[in-house]
Amino acid sequence: MTQATLLRQIIDYSSRADPYPLYAELRKTPVLQEGDDLFVVSTYWEIKSLLHDPRISSDARNLSPSAAGTLLQEEEEASALPPAFLRLDPPEHDRLRRMTMRPFGPPETPRRVHNMRGELARIVSGLIDGFGDRNRIDVVDDFSYPFPVTVICRLLGVPREDEALFHSWADTIAAGLDPDPGQDPGERRRVTQQARTELGKYLSGLIDERSGAPGDDMLSALVTQHGEDGQMTRMELLSTASLLLIAGHETTVNLITNGMLTLLRNPDVLERLRGDPGLALPIVEELLRFEPPVQLLPQRTTLADIDINGVTIPKGASVWLVLASGNRDPQRFPDPDRFDPDRKDNQHLGFGSGIHNCFGAPLARLEAQLALTELARRLNSPRLVEDPPPYRQNAVLRGPRHLNITFDGFHA
Amino acid sequence: MSGDGALAWLRREGRIVIVGASLAGLRAAETLRKEGFTGSLTLIGDEPHEPYDRPPLSKQVLLGHATADRTALPRRLALDAHWRLGVAATGLDMAAKRVRLADGDEVEYDRLLIATGVHARPWPHKSEAELDGVFVLRTRDDAARLQRRLAASPRRVLVIGAGFTGSEIASACRERGLPVTVAERGAAPLVGALGGVIGRAAADLQREHGVDLRCGIMVTALEGDAPGRLRRAHLSDGTTIDTDVAVVSLGATRNTEWLAGSGLGAGPRGIACDAGCRAFDVRGIVTDDVFVAGDVARSPHALFGYQFLSLEHWGNAVAQAETAAHNMISSSSERRPHLWVPAFWSAQFGVNIKSVGVPSLGEEVIVAQGSLSDRRFTCVYGYQGRVIAAVAFDQTKWLEFYQRQIESAAPFPPDYPSVDRRPEGLRPVPAEFPDPSLPTHGPSVTVSGYSPTDQRITFVPAHA
Repeated sequence: MTQATLLRQIIDYSSRADPYPLYAELRKTPVLQEGDDLFVVSTYWEIKSLLHDPRISSDARNLSPSAAGTLLQEEEEASALPPAFLRLDPPEHDRLRRMTMRPFGPPETPRRVHNMRGELARIVSGLIDGFGDRNRIDVVDDFSYPFPVTVICRLLGVPREDEALFHSWADTIAAGLDPDPGQDPGERRRVTQQARTELGKYLSGLIDERSGAPGDDMLSALVTQHGEDGQMTRMELLSTASLLLIAGHETTVNLITNGMLTLLRNPDVLERLRGDPGLALPIVEELLRFEPPVQLLPQRTTLADIDINGVTIPKGASVWLVLASGNRDPQRFPDPDRFDPDRKDNQHLGFGSGIHNCFGAPLARLEAQLALTELARRLNSPRLVEDPPPYRQNAVLRGPRHLNITFDGFHA
Repeated sequence: MSGDGALAWLRREGRIVIVGASLAGLRAAETLRKEGFTGSLTLIGDEPHEPYDRPPLSKQVLLGHATADRTALPRRLALDAHWRLGVAATGLDMAAKRVRLADGDEVEYDRLLIATGVHARPWPHKSEAELDGVFVLRTRDDAARLQRRLAASPRRVLVIGAGFTGSEIASACRERGLPVTVAERGAAPLVGALGGVIGRAAADLQREHGVDLRCGIMVTALEGDAPGRLRRAHLSDGTTIDTDVAVVSLGATRNTEWLAGSGLGAGPRGIACDAGCRAFDVRGIVTDDVFVAGDVARSPHALFGYQFLSLEHWGNAVAQAETAAHNMISSSSERRPHLWVPAFWSAQFGVNIKSVGVPSLGEEVIVAQGSLSDRRFTCVYGYQGRVIAAVAFDQTKWLEFYQRQIESAAPFPPDYPSVDRRPEGLRPVPAEFPDPSLPTHGPSVTVSGYSPTDQRITFVPAHA
């Protein structure tokens, strides 16, 4: 097997259910060159060091022209919006992220996420109550999919009566990230683009409304703030709000679904969680290591030649950082293929590291902790209908498309 | 008894005494137990309190967000130790292996760890230092007293000395809305630790936050009223400041007086030890049973030309204590060197400052990322053509990269493009450290010569 095929194998759908043996193969060459312009980094310390390296850019404009077309057929968002801070470097990144953080987290708003706890718990309870008298559900469609969209609606301040609209746009955009091979790509792009446009128009109207009558939601705060960093432009507001929706959605769906799948494969841990809700914290951290929702970061490029592990990555190359592989690196984590919530010193790469580390991490943690604790507590004898479950196409935002489970009723 | 047998006996039923019951002492004790030491363990501390954490004292405690008695360090395991708190060690008899205590008691040891730390350098004029309203800030009790006084809304606070502690105190006072004057002998705040280039940024930061900052100036006298309350300070430019609180922040002095005449290589710059934390005696011979850790230690560092470094850093105290404890109960082949790369942080005027390496060794500095005028930047220091340190204001996430540059002796100035490189980052400039032979309170890293007993740099208090 040549190394080039190894990378294609990882991207190939047939490996989606269990890419980890392929990652182990990949780690034998910590910095693997694929073609002229792509370098794949798969070991913990090398990934960590590049995440903190100021010679690495997240801005696609720094890619050399030949490196711009990658193996991943990423939907080119023919979007009129400027890149959000996820795809920017300092100082633009820092300014936009700082302005977005101001109404979301410390130091200015340390209690935003904490104060959402009650509301999150109510959303979770409502979704479980909605299982009704069924004894079989799809964890994805019935639970982990609707939950984060509702949370983002509440965070941004989308009126309740518009949440259904918001859900349908989010569904369409998410489907665009997860192409069905049988579908006509042109049609898919058209439908996705239409959803993006409608979402943009909707948000634009909401921005107008909030600038006149601000509430205590995050969008109002973003619209009205004018501190040392000035104000966000309309375009910046739209791209930031879209980023929060898309980045905060699909990843959380996968975290919760991967979590339930892993707990059902480790019934002893599920049983412990049932008796000790405090265990949700280390369980979610171990999940972020063991089954991270973002498997790899394909958007980095080099501003200079970088020597790492005996390889020189040339300026302008495309660099993939395979977080999920670094998380299973035996040089860093003893017995890495074991799911062990009692693991000490679990400094995983599940949320990345460095200046682009996951913006919504505190919210995602809380969502996953509450979701898994309640599923564990309320469902009687939950069981997997099939293992492995069917996966989404997407190799980057990896997770099951459906997770059918049966159970013997649920507690109030 | 064979060497191995002696070590096994020591680990099983030996007597280990730790002088100093703060961060380094506690972490060393925990490491000893974690590594299987089952003998008797004694911790001696001059303060009556169980080990507590100091960084919050000049921040959350002064702001009133936390109380001084809630700063106890977390215990990671049960120690089963004899605690001798509130009683200072007053002498060491190395031949008899005994520590003398202030209450006349003596404690025998098979292995001794000295982690006595530092104390705040007091105001040099005793009668003035005793005025009501004159404070230092080092201990929990200091912090509680100062916090109470700040809460009583004094008309003005005078901070004498703009090193890290002084600057953090000034920041807390401004956050409480109190008028503050800072008097600094050097050209700028933090100049001893970070040099003149960053010092100017720190000065702008203080003034923007409403501090009445006066640099290049000394406080010559503190004047009290008849009942002994501070009323006024006299400055070297002939001016006076009416104030009823003065905080003396002139740096720290190593707690080594108790070792005078012991034969140990101890002096005002600390206790010299090897990279394995074993203390040197005055002859420059390393001892087998006396170890040193934390602020009081001076140890040679391979990355910095084997110079002896004295570090007043939280992280250093932890790392060195763990290394010392490990080495105390290990055979020579299992001993580890203390190779911690110096690092510290500070929070003041809304800015997170972090440093790695030894900035004060720097000859030149370059603004590698960001901009000094934005107060968000990463500066890199060069020494003889290599990267020796980096300091970030509100950009701390990049320092991991620069730490590796220091560890790998990467060339200076950096010859590669990076994100956020501005025009001011194209050329290095002189780092502008004050002449090291001049007394300064500032640096929290000092490089103090090559030989274990070299005491050539000593502090001379400012003249009145």
